[in-house]
Amino acid sequence: MKILVPVKRVIDYSVRVRVRPDHRGVVTEGVKTGLNPFDEIALEEALRIREAGHPVEEILVVSVGTAESQQVLRTALALGADRALLLETAQPSIPAGIARVLRALVDERKPDLVLMGKQAIDDDAHQTGALLAGLWGRPQATCVSRLEILADGRLRATREVDHGLETLEVDLPAVVTADLRLNTPRFVKMPDIMRARQKPLDTVPAERYGLGEDAVELLSFDPPPERAKGILVPDADAFVAALKERGVL
Amino acid sequence: MSRILVIAECHHDHLTEGTRKALACAAALDPGGADLAVLGSAAEAAAEEGRRIAGVARVRLGPQAGFDPPLATVWAPVLARLAADYEAVLMPASSLGRDVMPRLAALVSGVMITEVAEVIDPRTFRRFIYAGNVRLTVRARPEAGRLVLTVRLASWPAAGERAGEAAPVVRDVPDPVGDPGTRYIGLEEHTSERPDLQSAKRVVSGGRALGSAENFALLEGLARRLGAALGASRAAVDAGYAPNDLQVGQTGKIIAPDLYIAVGISGAIQHVTGIKDARVIAAINKDPEAPIFKIADVGLVGDLFTIVPALEKALERAGVGS
Repeated sequence: MKILVPVKRVIDYSVRVRVRPDHRGVVTEGVKTGLNPFDEIALEEALRIREAGHPVEEILVVSVGTAESQQVLRTALALGADRALLLETAQPSIPAGIARVLRALVDERKPDLVLMGKQAIDDDAHQTGALLAGLWGRPQATCVSRLEILADGRLRATREVDHGLETLEVDLPAVVTADLRLNTPRFVKMPDIMRARQKPLDTVPAERYGLGEDAVELLSFDPPPERAKGILVPDADAFVAALKERGVL
Repeated sequence: MSRILVIAECHHDHLTEGTRKALACAAALDPGGADLAVLGSAAEAAAEEGRRIAGVARVRLGPQAGFDPPLATVWAPVLARLAADYEAVLMPASSLGRDVMPRLAALVSGVMITEVAEVIDPRTFRRFIYAGNVRLTVRARPEAGRLVLTVRLASWPAAGERAGEAAPVVRDVPDPVGDPGTRYIGLEEHTSERPDLQSAKRVVSGGRALGSAENFALLEGLARRLGAALGASRAAVDAGYAPNDLQVGQTGKIIAPDLYIAVGISGAIQHVTGIKDARVIAAINKDPEAPIFKIADVGLVGDLFTIVPALEKALERAGVGS
């Protein structure tokens, strides 16, 4: 089995993101970045499939981004991916562009399984996995919290849905997107970082895979509207009175 | 002929609150009204509800069979055929909407915008990124394709009942083709006596400070008295005190009740993201420095194990609930 794991470099989840004074983006200078956490979970799942004894010929990680995305690809290699591919572009891309590039890539590399995060924690778009599955014409299982490979080679996936847990079985090739509870990713070990330097990391212009102009313009980045300052009350009765006053009891 | 199509979602044979919210968003796009497509075994009953909602121009009804349970690979191709008649297709940003709509966007070469919070003009929208810490204004280029939108539930009111005659129903949704590559095994539905978290007017939520699943049950009495849904922070879910579908926050549900009571929740950014559109946020926490107090309208510092029972009694004295 060949597994393709698309990953994204994002601002670290612990950073308090601020908008730039010119409102054309967010402050990125001196800000910690890393693998999108949901993509890290997807990669961890790919590693566990191999470690569970399923024959996995190759785990390929791919990122569409600037040269700086090499950093997250090196991390992915240190975590255990076999090879990495940077589809390099100077422009930030929206999910539609990324999915189009990935569609061209799956034609070329023919993975059996694409495992990726359910969303990136920067744009919170939650689109790329299902977009890719749609363009590819293959089954999808999004927001997966449990994944099992069946004896006949199909996948059994449990999805987190609004009213509980839904289970599907899908034929391969398929696209699976990882939810938070799928697993807890391992930490990178120092010797693995050294070893990862020997692993192949290729760079190809993303345009070669059909990346074009985005269909959406990002006009303005602004802080969200703020809430008015609240009050502290001394006890339960005052709490109830304050809620009554605000018309919610 | 309407330019906007809203895809209805049903739960237990009724239209969801989210469907009405998507209709409110559709009205902001085009006050002239939107068509509502209703698919699946609940369609007949849901269509009756749908044609009485304000802003619905027509209800397009599908065959009863083949759409249940809803699978993205089955719904998206049918919706793609319907979408050909419209400039924009909308669906609530529920778990179903998030699954189906990107696939639909792929099939119609459309432009997808996730979780629309505000409509500026028919191609320009506002949405939240970075876990709600940034509000982004985006414009779909005019030459780009059809709009495929999910509607942020916390940002829109539910469309109400209409004044005049019910909207006409047309039965022209094509049969589903089916998807041999996907087999539905089942849904393990979390049942609760409490109202649905996503649409409840009042929510009582617990955090890690509850300390155990048994202690978490302490909140049920309070929730019952308030007629509130139960919610939980990610920390409480991760610790196993509450099931994941109660999770409120960036990685759980984003909600906008009239009243949100956070009990023993510190107020991590990712949690606050899920509640900041609540009309009134109230917080109970023993740490006066907890970030939750920065966004709470009403705060009470103290031990939740004393305060929660006291609060139930205070509500009783004030004649709230029974």
